[in-house]
Amino acid sequence: MTVSYLVTQIFNGLVAGGFYAILALGLSVIFGMLRVVNFAHGVMYMLGAFVAYYGAQLFHLPFFAALIVGPVIVGLFGLLLEVTLLRRLYKLDPIYNLLLTFALVLIIEDVMRVFAGALGSPYATPEILAGVTNIGVTEYPTYRLFAIVLAAVVCGVVWYVVERTPIGARIRAATENPTLTRAFGINTSRLISAVFAIGVALAAFAGVLSAPNTNVQPSMGDTIIINTFAIVVIGGLGSIKGSIITGFGLGVIAAIGAVLYPPIANTLVFIVMVIVLIVRPAGLFGIREGAR
Amino acid sequence: MRALVAAGNRGLLVGFALLAVALVLPHFVYPVLAINLVCFALFAVAFDLLLGFTGLLSFGQAMFWGGSAYAGTLLIAKFGAPFPVALLGGIVYSAALAFVVGLLAIKRTGIYFAMITLAIAQVQYFFALQFNEITGGENGLPIPSRGGAFGLSLENDLVYYYVALAIVVLGVAFVVRVVGSPFGSVLAAMRENENRAIGLGYRVERYKLATFVMSGTLSGLAGVLYAVGNRLTGLDAVDWHTSGKVVMMTILGGIGTIFGPALGASIFESLEYFVSKTPIGDKTNLVLGSIFLVIVLVARRGIVGEIVHALRPKLVDEDDTAPRKPNVAEHVPAP
Repeated sequence: MTVSYLVTQIFNGLVAGGFYAILALGLSVIFGMLRVVNFAHGVMYMLGAFVAYYGAQLFHLPFFAALIVGPVIVGLFGLLLEVTLLRRLYKLDPIYNLLLTFALVLIIEDVMRVFAGALGSPYATPEILAGVTNIGVTEYPTYRLFAIVLAAVVCGVVWYVVERTPIGARIRAATENPTLTRAFGINTSRLISAVFAIGVALAAFAGVLSAPNTNVQPSMGDTIIINTFAIVVIGGLGSIKGSIITGFGLGVIAAIGAVLYPPIANTLVFIVMVIVLIVRPAGLFGIREGAR
Repeated sequence: MRALVAAGNRGLLVGFALLAVALVLPHFVYPVLAINLVCFALFAVAFDLLLGFTGLLSFGQAMFWGGSAYAGTLLIAKFGAPFPVALLGGIVYSAALAFVVGLLAIKRTGIYFAMITLAIAQVQYFFALQFNEITGGENGLPIPSRGGAFGLSLENDLVYYYVALAIVVLGVAFVVRVVGSPFGSVLAAMRENENRAIGLGYRVERYKLATFVMSGTLSGLAGVLYAVGNRLTGLDAVDWHTSGKVVMMTILGGIGTIFGPALGASIFESLEYFVSKTPIGDKTNLVLGSIFLVIVLVARRGIVGEIVHALRPKLVDEDDTAPRKPNVAEHVPAP
């Protein structure tokens, strides 16, 4: 095993980790606010990629514009879902909203199969990011470097907004104690809708970002959402910091594990989850369950 | 309590009605479809034992159904084991798996439990995909012959159907027995008020684990029956869509009603079969998902649950849709 091979694998891990981190972040923000585990998060990721794909096919939408248009369209779609469907079930056990979003997965995936067929379609890498860049010990695809950097930036921005700005303070307050927050004259119901839309938009952003890197296809969210579930169980659901660190960390750990023992590539995330469950059932950065 | 007993009796009526239909079913539909219906019925009943009586929503139940299917299929296809041995192998595998997974998963409840079971099930899925010399990978593992059991040749679909039905009835009877036993009463107590059950000295984790193992084992039994019936075990058996399917069947029929999920499973499987014959073709999830969406939004008690609820004797004014609050009336002894 050469050093350049190992470095390449670590960078691949960072790419995967970037996607996990953005998705886990969206799941966590939504969960913190709504107590809903959004099963449809992977579907939103897929829809983001399809907005980029159809945007390019039908309107020659450039990739950089898709990075904005995708999250906006999917975010609005999420808003619609929140207002018309999810909102009805907040008073019940959160399991029911999990089931609701699961039903949405089945419906939306099949609708996309009707439009796009089950097979994947490639999405061209933007020209400016095509090719490879020398990173010292080896050459690495420029687009993937870009994806790592952009994912890190987005994670940083979300962390900053939630932890360091007035709007973030309101979100945290409403997460902590919705009734008291309402008493201060803050419209929590609007805040909840906005947070769901933003969480979903984050998933769509990851989807657009992944489009040049994978085949755009209706089931592309299936595997990644289950991995993301494992990651939020490891990191502690609802923790922003936990989502980012575990997302990137697990991406790299899985990549290194795959170098050492290739058959473990797909399962390492779950094995780590099992170990964390034994050692720290609440997750690495988790707050104790029931602290609602 | 009286309402519960009444509901139980009505539930038994549903059970006998379903059994009556099941006895003549293969004369009306394609026998392999009938086999699939009864296997999924047992799967859903087994799942209801867990969801309906402990409140734990497993989103990885396909790991028992499919894992056991692979175990049984391997025994027949690679080692030429007779059918009863395959059944036994499947049961042993799923029981052992459920015990280990249960130990881990019941550390958390609610949505965490759902995500953890889903994630662990995915490990087995990847094993089945990866070790394709053993499992056949994407091609699946065919069973050349069902062999025979109890002096009967199981090659005939009708014979196999009735053997499977007998086993399914035994499985469902087991669940009914468990729920009606003192063990079942403890489960009901835990479901109604877990803290009070703990306060009374019950070790709820053990009860949950035991129920998880029973549910997993019966799911596994259903899985082997299904695999042998179809003469094939494929990746879809361990896929998370199958886990989702049994969740939908159970809720469609009615959580905690035992026979409701059997009905829900029959409806779902039939729908899936007949929808696939229409121009909608393989987009069956579109139809099933939409039905499930409506159930979750407006009829969460499920078909049998809603019927039982509508017919219930009006003892107390209960509103299950309202969030549970400590209720003074609970402490008043029944008249």
